[in-house]
Amino acid sequence: MAVDLHRFANPARFMRLTDAIFPWSLGLTVLLLASGLYYALIASPQDYQQGETVRIMFVHVPAAWMALSVYSMMAISAAVGWIWKHPVADLSAKAAAPAGACFCFLALVTGALWGQPMWGTYWVWDARLTSMLILFFLYLGYMAIWEAFDDQSKAAKAAAILVIIGAINIPVIKFSVDWWNTLHQPASVATMEGPKIHSSILTPLLLMAGAYTALFVTIFIIRVKAEILDRRLRIMRMNQVQEKGLKG
Amino acid sequence: MQEFLNMGGYAEFVWPSYGVSVLLLVALVIASVRRLRRVERDLKPFEDARKARRRRPARQESMSS
Repeated sequence: MAVDLHRFANPARFMRLTDAIFPWSLGLTVLLLASGLYYALIASPQDYQQGETVRIMFVHVPAAWMALSVYSMMAISAAVGWIWKHPVADLSAKAAAPAGACFCFLALVTGALWGQPMWGTYWVWDARLTSMLILFFLYLGYMAIWEAFDDQSKAAKAAAILVIIGAINIPVIKFSVDWWNTLHQPASVATMEGPKIHSSILTPLLLMAGAYTALFVTIFIIRVKAEILDRRLRIMRMNQVQEKGLKG
Repeated sequence: MQEFLNMGGYAEFVWPSYGVSVLLLVALVIASVRRLRRVERDLKPFEDARKARRRRPARQESMSS
């Protein structure tokens, strides 16, 4: 059975859908966050090499995963918005950007706080860290473009071009640990052979990843609703100005 | 409890990691909710005016007859 995605290009219908999902995503966020934090801070053992610093992983890795997946989602939305002129698609990308930027910032900061005790340095200019910093600047640039244009359709187009070109950075980040020599460890969860880490560490990691995903959905629903209503507000204000112009 | 807070000597790295994550994500939620409320408040007079305009033609008709 095919789902007619065009139905959700209608902003009112889209908002009815997101309003229906919202209580579930909010509940799931609270549930996963509570159980994730319990496992991350209390129930899981320390690592035999890294000691207690392994607990930083439970906020570092989910943030990095979200930074990448939110950007990918934005690039796809922006492409859909550009090709099919769906305003909801453009506004979805716009609504997701601040959340993605926050996740990216958190991945960088918690990575630095993990790097100092384990690598002996907060920062190195290697491939993984540098490409992640570029991702952060892409997020900031994307948001700046939306602010820079008064004409929202022009802003959407310019922002879409940036986010789509910048998507080259996503596979670079993903494979940077294989392509270049780096201090950063290679992938240990999403590998061809399956996860390489013990379940006592994997459980809190996956719970926190689920919690971050649910949190993103919750924030996204709030933000995309604000964007849709803001667009409606802009149109109504423009109509008001035109009406006054005709009368005067 | 003391042992838990000490984090095996890595407290200065573990707790700021969790702290900055909580602070930033809570701030993001608050900012997002505030923005939505502001837009809804600004939009309300327009929506009310539109509803009133929809009702008015019927009333004018009844007054003229």
